[in-house]
Amino acid sequence: MLLDLTLHQPIYGPKPANRRMSWRGVANSVTGRIEQTDFTALMLAVRDQQDRAAFAALFQHFAPRVKGFLMKSGTEAALAEDCAQDVMAVLWNKAAQFDPARASVATWVFTIARNRRIDIARRARRPEPEVLDWGPDTEPDQAEIYEAGQETARLVAALSDLPEKQRALIQRAFYGELSHSEIAAETGLPLGTIKSRIRLALERLRQNLS
Amino acid sequence: MSIRHHLSDPLLIAYAAGTLPEAFSLLVATHVSMCDTCRAALAAFETVGGAVLQDSAVPLAEDALAAAMARLGAPEKREAIAKSDAGAKSDAGAKSDAGAKSDAGAKSDAGAKSDAGAKSDAGAKSDAGAKRLPKPGDLPAPLLDYIGGDLTAVKWRSLGMGVRQAILPTSKGASARLLYIPAGQAVPDHGHRGTELTLVLQGAFRDATDRFGPGDVEIADEDLQHIPVADAGEPCICLAATDAPLRFSALIPRLLQPLFRI
Repeated sequence: MLLDLTLHQPIYGPKPANRRMSWRGVANSVTGRIEQTDFTALMLAVRDQQDRAAFAALFQHFAPRVKGFLMKSGTEAALAEDCAQDVMAVLWNKAAQFDPARASVATWVFTIARNRRIDIARRARRPEPEVLDWGPDTEPDQAEIYEAGQETARLVAALSDLPEKQRALIQRAFYGELSHSEIAAETGLPLGTIKSRIRLALERLRQNLS
Repeated sequence: MSIRHHLSDPLLIAYAAGTLPEAFSLLVATHVSMCDTCRAALAAFETVGGAVLQDSAVPLAEDALAAAMARLGAPEKREAIAKSDAGAKSDAGAKSDAGAKSDAGAKSDAGAKSDAGAKSDAGAKSDAGAKRLPKPGDLPAPLLDYIGGDLTAVKWRSLGMGVRQAILPTSKGASARLLYIPAGQAVPDHGHRGTELTLVLQGAFRDATDRFGPGDVEIADEDLQHIPVADAGEPCICLAATDAPLRFSALIPRLLQPLFRI
């Protein structure tokens, strides 16, 4: 049922001896392409100092991407532009919720944009999991913050390395074009590849949760 | 006691992408509230969403940045956000807190709710360190929200043989219901036209495939014809979500089906 997953190492199974090695390989191969701008630092400046210049920089980068994301999700251009404005306003207004140890700015913006898309469609509520408190006032670990910030860049690089057809399928899934049963039935969706690419993120998140 | 049966990747991806029908989203949100493995997997799939977004730039109108800067007011305080979230969640109808409303233009109740997606860390919850599997009568927050209280608030309807159910209000496309199966009792033999997800909240049941305890999810597709039987000793309470009506093999339940909406 889970497509080509059987061909890959089970993600929660015993560690293959070369797992670390292969990850280091992935990280190294993309180092040159990891974006120069430190979005996490900009976002923290917005969160902690209400830094308008940092917001402007984030807007310049993310607003066009939110607009594009919404348009590719089937939203007409003018509405997508308005919604991109809304999403960035949420980023400013709810900056206090940004936790750099949990998600990169891109991931956080994605969740806001996704929720805005659900609003537009006025399809239905999307119940959210119970909120987890990650412990009172634990100072986030710098290495963790760095890792969370890098994950998106690594994944962008990994996606661009995929054959066009596979990349398009992942995009369609996240643009909201595929239902869960279509995702399950789609044998071309490189789930195994995705999962091997997010393995580091998974390990980090699971450590934080346990 | 640990969870052995998890959500599938396609379900987690569809939930991350925001495309699941509401009833399925409710079940996913409830399971993720109980299961750290799936919580981590969901966060990782959201990271994929972030990467897809990074790759989607389209030019903005020329005055877009100026318009955005002109909109910036005082950001909300963390406590205010947590409070307004709590307000929006517990009472979707009458929202008074400005916090939940201020950011996006015309927001429906659904909007205010789904907006909570970004707020994974509002810090409003207290007993995170505690075990998240529900004690009797103790349900994860998303489900409490739909029941309007804990298990004592459920308005059960009898299905016969001691089996009871309560339909939860969700939008079209899929339905969600709570099932109460007395200890040792079987649910009538049924197949499915679509997908049926069953999440055990309390007790356990067993069918031809395996045993399912608290927090476990059974994902049944059209091919599975099964007779879930509750373990002896304790009634089994489940949250079930289907995207098509169930199909009973026996005549009587089939005749009753339109009456009970199962």
